Amino acid sequence: MGPLLGDKPPSEERRHWPADRTSRVPFWIYSDPEIYRLEQERIFAGPSWSYVALEAEIPRAGDFKRSDIGDKPVIVVRDEAGGVNVVANRCAHRGVAFCQQAQGNVKEFLCPYHQWTYDLRGNLIGVPFRRGYRGQGGMPADFAVEANGLQKLRVARRHGAVFASFGEPEESLEDYLGPLMLGYFDRVFAGRELVPLGGMRQRIRSNWKLMAENIKDPYHASLLHVFLVTFGLFRLDQRSSVEMDETGRHAVLVSRKGEQAVNDATRQMRSFKPDFTLNDARLLDPVREFAGDATVVMQTLWPNLIIQQQSNTLAMRQLVTRGPSAFDLVWTFFGYADDTPEMRRRRLRQANLMGPSGYVSIDDSEVMMASQAGISPYPGAEGLFEMGGREARSEDHMVTEGAIRGFYRHYRRVMGI
Amino acid sequence: MTAAPSLELRLAIEDLNSAYCAALDDGRYEEWPELFAEDCLYRIVPRDNYERDLPIALMHCESKGMLKDRVIAVRQTAFYLPRFLRHIVSGIRSTVEADGTIRSTANYLVVQTLPEQPTELFNSGRYLDVILREEGGLRFKERLCVFDSIVVPNSLVVPI
Repeated sequence: MGPLLGDKPPSEERRHWPADRTSRVPFWIYSDPEIYRLEQERIFAGPSWSYVALEAEIPRAGDFKRSDIGDKPVIVVRDEAGGVNVVANRCAHRGVAFCQQAQGNVKEFLCPYHQWTYDLRGNLIGVPFRRGYRGQGGMPADFAVEANGLQKLRVARRHGAVFASFGEPEESLEDYLGPLMLGYFDRVFAGRELVPLGGMRQRIRSNWKLMAENIKDPYHASLLHVFLVTFGLFRLDQRSSVEMDETGRHAVLVSRKGEQAVNDATRQMRSFKPDFTLNDARLLDPVREFAGDATVVMQTLWPNLIIQQQSNTLAMRQLVTRGPSAFDLVWTFFGYADDTPEMRRRRLRQANLMGPSGYVSIDDSEVMMASQAGISPYPGAEGLFEMGGREARSEDHMVTEGAIRGFYRHYRRVMGI
Repeated sequence: MTAAPSLELRLAIEDLNSAYCAALDDGRYEEWPELFAEDCLYRIVPRDNYERDLPIALMHCESKGMLKDRVIAVRQTAFYLPRFLRHIVSGIRSTVEADGTIRSTANYLVVQTLPEQPTELFNSGRYLDVILREEGGLRFKERLCVFDSIVVPNSLVVPI
């Protein structure tokens, strides 16, 4: 359905990626089905912690939400003891994705095909005709219900966000994030009761890594995003930083609001419109609500989460892969239980900047589609990520692609390529 | 007490919807806010949010000014691939309340054509409208677009 050619596997020799060239990224990694398969196995089903839901979406016992890790559907469910369980949405019998509701409340999960039944922890509790009927048929005598439950994932929670893993993470979620990223995470979540404000979802016709690159790249924001640039919401002449953890897998972009004024930087941005004004200024009426002077903090957590704090609009953006040339960007907007009605209205208005129709984010989803259209047909070409040097390190400015280099340094380590 | 609309009013509501589609489909975006009252509400909401009373919207405009800002974005600030849209509206059903306020619902379908691509089904849903009589004709006081599939193909740039 997108403007893409078929995803052809590259020849072995074309698949070469010199070890010392992480500032150049070969285009076959964005379209090769074999690379996609390896990513599912080593990244999304590997020992990483993937974001799956907010606890506020499933507050009561029996509340569940469908989610995905990579392209694998899972269910996030609250049990009677208040615990949160994450199980594969795949019946242990014949594989039916038995849960077809996006969200809901149940006492148990029932597969419609042969009515196998599971409790809220994923244990198998019912198999019709297990003992047969009138002495005929039935499961073998050694069939053990306790050994045939749903596939259960490892779960970690922090301040209302739920993460899960198909693999066996060696680190706790806290160690996985590291102290720097944990600080930025807690800035939004610690001690706050969250209220979900609703979801949005868009199927972007590009490889998922282009999203990771986009949100780790503060340089493009000053040029592509007329809206951000003009209103000084995120621009490289503002005091800002790009920070990453030791592995390079997580990163954060931090910025402070500036003025709509002509200066040495805005003169280089064709996108800067000094005379542009809004007909209704209520759209942009930001109020400081976090400690410190940062007005934008965009955090990317390996492998599937972007945490967005752009003025007063807060959202989890979850990446769900849909083959090499598409991914779903799943937005969950939220506020806090103690928001005033005025703050709640402000969050709704500012959400106009984000999502599939966002004043800012349209630019990104469209440019990613155009990127894939140029990348897929040229698997032998490569992308150039050398703004700010060839190293991957934290910087206190925006004229850098360093966080993308950090991402690929880690990507290559996990993928073994 | 609500009443059925007169035949004349039914035609006027249909004309309002036709003018709405034409403004968006023909790229005469500046005409689109003029079909709304000054104090108006326009929202595009996925069915999932609507049914669960969750307030977030893809587009949320609380005044004619905010509608005009959407037009400026489509014209001047947003980067997007060129596209051609066609809005199809059918099944309009309306009632008139005692104070003259008109409530109207309709099904809509939007098909999209991107450069060198076959036409695709882009978005479908329901319009939930509150319509006022003003000088010069009918105007939308509220238009709520509740769309069926939460998954939007790539981006939703032009209003629904």
